[in-house]
Amino acid sequence: MIEIKDVRKKFNDHLVLDSLSLNIQTGSTCVIIGRSGCGKSVLLKHIVGLLNPDSGRVLVDGKQVSALSERELNFLRSKVSMVFQAGALFDSMTVAENVGFSLIEHTHIGQKELLERVEESLCLVGLCGVGNLMPSELSGGMKKRVALARAICIKPEVILYDEPTTGVDPITADSINNLILSLHDKLKVTSVVVTHDMKSAYQVADRIAMMYNGKIIFEGTASEIQESKDAVVHQFINGLSKGPITETIDNFRY
Amino acid sequence: MMLDKFFVSLGNRVMSFLYFCGGLANLAGQTVYLVFKPPYKWERIIEQSKKAGFDSFPIVSMVALFIGFIFALQTAYFMQRIGSEIYIASMVALSIVRELGPVITALVVAGRVGASITAELGSMQVTEQIDALETLATNPIKYLVVPRFLAVSLMLPLLTVYANAIGILGSYLICVLKLGISSTMYMTVTFESIFFKDLFTGLFKSWIFGMVIALVSCYEGFNVKGGAEGVGKATTNSVVISFIMIIAADCLFTALFYFILP
Ligand SMILES: Nc1ncnc2c1ncn2[C@@H]1O[C@H](COP(=O)(O)OP(=O)(O)OP(=O)(O)O)[C@@H](O)[C@H]1O
Ligand SMILES: [Mg+2]
Repeated sequence: MIEIKDVRKKFNDHLVLDSLSLNIQTGSTCVIIGRSGCGKSVLLKHIVGLLNPDSGRVLVDGKQVSALSERELNFLRSKVSMVFQAGALFDSMTVAENVGFSLIEHTHIGQKELLERVEESLCLVGLCGVGNLMPSELSGGMKKRVALARAICIKPEVILYDEPTTGVDPITADSINNLILSLHDKLKVTSVVVTHDMKSAYQVADRIAMMYNGKIIFEGTASEIQESKDAVVHQFINGLSKGPITETIDNFRY
Repeated sequence: MMLDKFFVSLGNRVMSFLYFCGGLANLAGQTVYLVFKPPYKWERIIEQSKKAGFDSFPIVSMVALFIGFIFALQTAYFMQRIGSEIYIASMVALSIVRELGPVITALVVAGRVGASITAELGSMQVTEQIDALETLATNPIKYLVVPRFLAVSLMLPLLTVYANAIGILGSYLICVLKLGISSTMYMTVTFESIFFKDLFTGLFKSWIFGMVIALVSCYEGFNVKGGAEGVGKATTNSVVISFIMIIAADCLFTALFYFILP
């Protein structure tokens, strides 16, 4: 279980997370939505300990992430993997070396088994046989899928997806959604999915949380969010340009 | 008003300088600790040594050879006036082994290797590859800094030995072919004038310079902010700061050796 309690995070004078709280049950899929720049990626980075909160706590399986020793943190990271928004593939290595990175660095499995695991992960994201290419030879959407393969290759218990379907074609997006669903159903993986894509949100989510002004302003199931009376939520999920979120911008303009 | 601004900007500069020193010392401490902590990954050290050392041979050869030519000619100008051409050999040998070899090689390596380390780590930083390393349970300092630190600090003394030899060869060519000094005479005077201490202090300095270059360039790379422009700025900073620190360290150690190893 992932518990985020009253987390505040400031960059210079810009308050990004403002006493944000959210619980994510083990084995469930939680989708986080919110406008661009509202701090979704920052929130994910708190869960793997890349950023530490100014105040408040993030607990994963009851342990406070910011208080872990290096060894405990590495253990946590062997169970929690993150798919970065832009892929963050190592561009000096081949695709196969990227995907197998953790296995090469932290385990002693043989060459044959390694190659099998890598190829299996690549096939799961629909990229069989690209192992020998360099990341610079891939398209943006392919990079994203390789990043996904790298995350699932270590067989994690928790996967944090930062916009997995942005910038890929609709068919690939649907197969990524199916992959998230099947990891959830078959392997009971806990997933946290950041997305702008409401269709994918409805498809994969057990629960949806909406971030606004550094807080979670709504948390509930897909049908609950569609019936929400909250004007901000309503504007966002229906993608309307007029409403309370953009009011301040409009006032500023005229 | 003007004075206010002056002190504020001076204060900011002092603060950011102290901040830089703190960060660099912190990186140095962690790096040295991690150098000794297993596992040791030899492949990465060898790969970096090739990039830092082996690939620098051509440019170091060229620079050292020209320095040898120039230095022989400049020294000859004065030695001929006082009629003691043979001392060109000892002048050149001592200056190159004690001072010019280590410093020139360090400056070449700072420009060539340091800049490329900063640009590489900096672009990894802005594309979140360093964050990705961390989420894959890998310490970026152990994985990226340690091999570069070992490679540069071990390769620089080797390159320096080589540069010393090439520099002396350059001067030998000028003296023997142009100034008519006999070859055996030149060699004898050269070897008689260099003591072990001269070679040792030169190489010790170059070891220090190597560590400075590796640490400064990794630190600048890790602290890049703001995309491609940031990488460019950091690369410039890394070279400029390395140059300044090499000259400062040179001054310090030369003075130190002057007094403790008379
Ligand atoms: N390392 C950092 N230093 C300073 N400010 C940062 C840093 N990281 C994020 N921010 C700021 O935090 C805010 C939230 O950024 P974040 O990347 O989390 O947005 P996001 O919700 O993921 O947006 P998007 O949907 O576009 O990816 C932004 O305003 C950004 O300027
Ligand atoms: Mg983001």
